[in-house]
Amino acid sequence: MISEIPPEFIVKIDYEQCKRCKRCVMNCSFGCMQFKDRVIPDHKKCVACQRCVTFCPESAITITKNELSYKENANWTPEIRQNILKQAETGGMILSGMGNPRAYQILWDHLLIDACQVTNPSIDPLREPMELRTFIGRKPERLEFSADENSEIELATELGPQIKLDIPVVFAAMSYGAISFNAHKALVMAAKQSGTLMNTGEGGLHKDLYSYADNIIVQVASGRFGVHSEYLNTCVMVEIKIGQGAKPGIGGHLPGEKVGEEISKTRMIPVGTDAISPAPHHDIYSIEDLSQLIYAIKETTDYTKPVSVKISAVHNVAAIASGIVRAGADIVTIDGFRGGTGAAPMVIRDNVGIPIEVALAAVDQRLRDEGIRNNASILCAGGIRTSADMAKAIALGADAVVIGTAALVAMGCRVCQKCYTGNCAWGIATQKPELVRRLDPLVASERLSNLLRAWDLELKEILGSLGVNSIESLRGSRERLRGIGLDEMTLKILGVKPAGVGQ
Amino acid sequence: MKIDCSGMYYRKLNKIIRDAAEAGESEFILDHVNGQRYIGSGINKKIKITINGVPGNDLAMFMNGPLITVNANAQDGIANTMNAGEIIVHGDAGDVIGYGMRGGKIYIKGNVGYRTGIHMKEYKKQVPVIVAGGVACDFCAEYMAGGILVLLGLEKEGDMPITGDYLGTGMHGGVVYIRGGVDENMLGKEVSVLELDEKDMKLLKKHLAEFCEHFGFDLEEAMSKPFVKLLPVSSRPYGNLYAY
Repeated sequence: MISEIPPEFIVKIDYEQCKRCKRCVMNCSFGCMQFKDRVIPDHKKCVACQRCVTFCPESAITITKNELSYKENANWTPEIRQNILKQAETGGMILSGMGNPRAYQILWDHLLIDACQVTNPSIDPLREPMELRTFIGRKPERLEFSADENSEIELATELGPQIKLDIPVVFAAMSYGAISFNAHKALVMAAKQSGTLMNTGEGGLHKDLYSYADNIIVQVASGRFGVHSEYLNTCVMVEIKIGQGAKPGIGGHLPGEKVGEEISKTRMIPVGTDAISPAPHHDIYSIEDLSQLIYAIKETTDYTKPVSVKISAVHNVAAIASGIVRAGADIVTIDGFRGGTGAAPMVIRDNVGIPIEVALAAVDQRLRDEGIRNNASILCAGGIRTSADMAKAIALGADAVVIGTAALVAMGCRVCQKCYTGNCAWGIATQKPELVRRLDPLVASERLSNLLRAWDLELKEILGSLGVNSIESLRGSRERLRGIGLDEMTLKILGVKPAGVGQ
Repeated sequence: MKIDCSGMYYRKLNKIIRDAAEAGESEFILDHVNGQRYIGSGINKKIKITINGVPGNDLAMFMNGPLITVNANAQDGIANTMNAGEIIVHGDAGDVIGYGMRGGKIYIKGNVGYRTGIHMKEYKKQVPVIVAGGVACDFCAEYMAGGILVLLGLEKEGDMPITGDYLGTGMHGGVVYIRGGVDENMLGKEVSVLELDEKDMKLLKKHLAEFCEHFGFDLEEAMSKPFVKLLPVSSRPYGNLYAY
């Protein structure tokens, strides 16, 4: 069948500028650029990944939207019609990558942060110390102290394992398989450099990165890829992945295109097969079963690693989180519906789940109401774009936030959403050696470290303007937030007053 | 080392085993075991553990080396994500045996529950093996991506089916051998039934010989009925679900 789908983008080449160096032909990994005595683009193949535009030495290439490929219609949008055509041609579910791109209300942008004026002094973070250090893990209900014969006071309460973060941001779980070895390496190097953590995702960890154990969260998901006792001990924290914000309630299929020799070895599945992660863990059908897996991991790591349970934000998230904490988790990671993915059916990604803002507020409040908030840290994932989002998340109750897409963008991702094809032109979401080579782990890790440094500085400015000198003073302090343009019920769930209301 | 496990909490028991194994103890006999979980879990040494009594769930989870003999029935989740070692169960076993198993062997004298061998894996020479003397329940070999699973049905009576429904559903690697054949109605969509070739016979005989030695069965009798083998139809059973 000849495809009737019109091209989404038009690639324009300024032939007066073009020196016919063919760099665009070499750089395009989607087969769009052909050379027949001059560069001829095949518009249909363009995904607007911007690789050719960026690397054309003459700036001779522009990519534009194919504006009238579909006649304007507010109801039957180009996207809807394109998807219907694709489905009519293939009979398949529409697959997509990255997070939900739809224009749902972003609650972060309806929250504003307080500042000091006259009656309480603000603090200048350039001159005064600011504490962003965060400890993740179960905290005791009360602390007991003892004094020795010299009247030296010592902590008598035995603390469970705690993880020190220099900045309250960790990198999101992105598997070796979904992203390249070089991307994994860049993340772990940046985590080490910045005093934080990267998360292996569910595809195991390449042996060459085992030496970075102090900056690694290892993930255990339903496919149990690359999970063994050495892996579970090569980390500071183990995460059980129950759900992912981009695809709540469904499993994952790493497309066979991305399962080459190295991935096959790490995951222990045949080359070229889809790596299948079943929707549930088949040893977890209840909170009691979850508890069993949590303690299996604790037994295997001799109780030296805190265990996190990651769930997607769904309607009943607060009650589920309560169950998770009672099951013995030391950390709950909540992933909102704008969270990213390497591959998900579009219908799930764009329609299932709830925003992280309300999920986070509901979970924090529920755990407080039940008197078990201290039993677990909360990591907030799925849609953290800026240091402002981070500050607001922490004020809503998060102990730290998780960034995936922001980290990818820092490494060079242009959010073209074609991760599932394995053709990533930027060497990030691919396993093809010639493409992976394009991402220099050193350069990418420096870009990531720079991003974290920038957010560190910005967060300190926010704290200074709030008149506090420690992130602990902002944590869960919803009084320092105000809502604009939000309905009463949403404000109530967020536990935030409308802007204009004083204390 | 002999340990009387009556009334002992699993955490204490496993700590004793771990510490002693670390100190060089290589043989453990556990008496009066009654449901203690995670025995042998995460142990990386080639120790021997003999369990007298019924161990609890997740026996040998993440295990990497030990030989465990259970002189009774066993419960759910044996060899969950196990990497290496051997488990011999002189009785029946529960559900989800060998989930995500990466290596090592399990020999079960009797029947197994639901989802046996789900998501087993393999890489080159590291191939996990499960041999069960009895029958299995539904979803046996589900999502199997590697490994060898053998079902014998040695003591099943009359027309009793050797597996439940959805045998091999989602299978995309590995192989299942079934003694006496299987009703095609029981099969998942992703598998096909084939005859064994010489290579299969050699492999099967090797594992059956070990099985018979453990449990005192007669190898000739075990081999007396014809076997069939199940292989995945496609290495990408879900490859055509999507529009790219």
